[in-house]
Amino acid sequence: MTDVGRHPRIKLYTMSELVDIKGYVGNFDVKILKKARYVDETECTSCGDCVDVCPVVRPDKFNLGLSSRKAIFVPFPQAVPSAYVINVNECLGHNPVVCAKCIEACDKDCINFHMSDEEIVESVGSIVVATGLEVYDPTELDEYAYTRFENVLTSLEFERLINAGGPTQGELIRPTDRKRPKSVGFVQCVGSRSARKGASYCSNICCMNTVKGTLMLKEHYPDMDIKVFYIDIRASGKGFEDLYRRSQRLGVHYLRGLPGTVEEMPDRSLRVAVENTVTSKLEIHELDMLVLALGIKPAPSTQRLQEILGLQLTSDGFFLEAHPKLQPVDAATRGIFYAGCAEGPKDIKESVTQASAAAARAIRLMHDGTITTEPITSQVIPGKCKSCGKCAEVCPYNAITVDVKKKTPATVSTAACAGCGTCAAECPFDAIIMNHFTDTQIINQVDALLEDRPKEKILVFACNWCSYAGADFAGVSRIQYPPNVRLIRTMCSGRVDEKFIWDGFEKGAPVILVSGCHIGDCHYIDANQWTDKRIKKVHKKMEKLGIRTERLQLEWISAAEGVRFAQVMQRMETLRQDVTTEEIAETIQILKERKQEKGRSKKRDDIL
Amino acid sequence: MMETNVLVKEYVNMKEEPRIGVYVCHCGLNIAQTVDCEKVAELASYLDHVVVSKNIIYACSEPGQQEIKDDIFEHGLDRVVVASCSPRLHEPTFRQMLKEADLNPYLLEMANLREQCSWVHIKEKDAATEKATDLVKMAVSRARLLYPLQEEKLPLTKRALVIGGGIAGIQAALDLGDSGFDVVLVEKRPSIGGTMAQLDKTFPTMDCSI
Repeated sequence: MTDVGRHPRIKLYTMSELVDIKGYVGNFDVKILKKARYVDETECTSCGDCVDVCPVVRPDKFNLGLSSRKAIFVPFPQAVPSAYVINVNECLGHNPVVCAKCIEACDKDCINFHMSDEEIVESVGSIVVATGLEVYDPTELDEYAYTRFENVLTSLEFERLINAGGPTQGELIRPTDRKRPKSVGFVQCVGSRSARKGASYCSNICCMNTVKGTLMLKEHYPDMDIKVFYIDIRASGKGFEDLYRRSQRLGVHYLRGLPGTVEEMPDRSLRVAVENTVTSKLEIHELDMLVLALGIKPAPSTQRLQEILGLQLTSDGFFLEAHPKLQPVDAATRGIFYAGCAEGPKDIKESVTQASAAAARAIRLMHDGTITTEPITSQVIPGKCKSCGKCAEVCPYNAITVDVKKKTPATVSTAACAGCGTCAAECPFDAIIMNHFTDTQIINQVDALLEDRPKEKILVFACNWCSYAGADFAGVSRIQYPPNVRLIRTMCSGRVDEKFIWDGFEKGAPVILVSGCHIGDCHYIDANQWTDKRIKKVHKKMEKLGIRTERLQLEWISAAEGVRFAQVMQRMETLRQDVTTEEIAETIQILKERKQEKGRSKKRDDIL
Repeated sequence: MMETNVLVKEYVNMKEEPRIGVYVCHCGLNIAQTVDCEKVAELASYLDHVVVSKNIIYACSEPGQQEIKDDIFEHGLDRVVVASCSPRLHEPTFRQMLKEADLNPYLLEMANLREQCSWVHIKEKDAATEKATDLVKMAVSRARLLYPLQEEKLPLTKRALVIGGGIAGIQAALDLGDSGFDVVLVEKRPSIGGTMAQLDKTFPTMDCSI
């Protein structure tokens, strides 16, 4: 930790959060909100004179309320930066009449109540997301009575109690009588591996954390009676089995089965009823203290960061990697990498390993100082452009410039263009070519698919980042769905031009699905809102023409929603079966007439 | 000017007769146990502009790639369709292969026969084979219209942002910093250290966490 504080190349912003990002891989501009600390961290020597005079006493969050601190405090003794901080909501105020005692006490004049929150913009080439975790709140698991009985502790509270730097200097005591417990029980999988409450996944660290706890206790108090209630002990890491065995050898009692109820006895010790699933017998254990081995959840900031950076989450709420085996630290967005529990529950060793991997991946991207851009960008055909400005309006990246008044043709900045293709889909004059996803390339795919027995097929447009990835996820999970589904991949659902849909219906498609990322999760900022608008528009036109609107569906399917992808495909199949041969023939007729009519009016316009 | 150049290229390429090679990958048994790869390859060989159509045990393997590269030279292929797994997985691999064979990497098209066919229609072999045939046909029809694209090199900011100052963020920041890159480390709380700082000894070494 201190290495970070001293490192000449590392600029540390504490009390800070990312609030906005602009730019693209290799050249991001990130906006950081730095909250006021009210203490000059470069000047503060952590002498502690301010603390002595501060009259406000509050529970210490770092010790989970097991001790108290003042309104001006240092988070913990080894904190980096080693500087005090004022919780301004607790502080009585800087008005000398009210308090301001700390200002008087500080010889170095570090305390400044005029500090305000700052917005800082930094330019970076790559980003490592290492937002960590939050522990599970066991309140909802009433059977363990965490909120009712004081001698039921969480594993994190236990950590603070056995920590030499903690509120008891490492002496384990019961909260109720401050005496050392003679017996301690650990309950595993609290908030993990449950279909009922908490998470369904394994939190990965709790087994070994408990094993470690038992070893620490046995080291300090060899006579202590220790019991561990578990489903399985997962000691799969290097050296882990040895620790587990050592714990058993030292006399720690491992019991397979989780407690059903916890009751408090008059002396405040706990009576735990558990079915031992080895013997199939109900056992009652009397324990002085119970420790709940809490599972891991994604950090609370995950969702907001996911929105700011345009990332994807798994159904568990952790960040989704580009590929679980081959790109386990890359985000699907180029230039963004994951490290630690942000990507999934993991222990310290794994976090360190992944962090080094993420750093190496970032270095691989940045080392030669240049970035190769994908040429999948749009371009304007100047001769066809009528300078209407629609493309510039829809571009999420402001990559298109067009002077509507001077009637100069639009131009695309290829560096800023991310390649969603929304402009090409929205251009009323077909004046924009989306490279690698041109109109003709896509229409060719539609036509090839509908050449033979179109009535039996389901045409699906899927965006690369969410829906196509969701279909891949269904595949990896072997989730079965009707085999008459055919996907056409576009980078963004915003690329799906109205004319692809009309072409599909004209070639005999019974049903068409357009699918993309959920609103707010679009990989191209908000390009999919144009998809939404466009489909609504097409639905209106279909209504006017007398084509059933149910035949064109729009669904948002994320990369993690493999199950939902399969469900949507089932639903499409049901819809398809409702479409008759006559209905398809009628639609084809309607669309042909519409085309002829359009052709005639165009000729008329040309003559006029 | 560059824009029109590419457009011209598109027209030029469309007038030329494309020479397409199709490779239907077995992926060991991942695809082949559900999809009749030989049949798919045979049916693809009847499609317009398809010069070579083969099935191949592992297209992504070294010998698999070599076979495709050899064909590119021998048959003068100018478009390649690889019908294997998801392009989200191996598109970069096969684009690199095209580069090595002196073809523009954007003249590649993939058909997803594994994640979106064999794995999701395991018990419907005929329907899966039919779907695979369609997916290859669609890929070929798109491949006909592919044209070369040029990648561009842009300057890059050699700095990294690390969000979160727990053990993972600390390690990433130090590795980046020690490798000569400037790092901006953003931490929400008043100190770095994260959850790790709250722990006492840590497994497997049972030493201090801080």
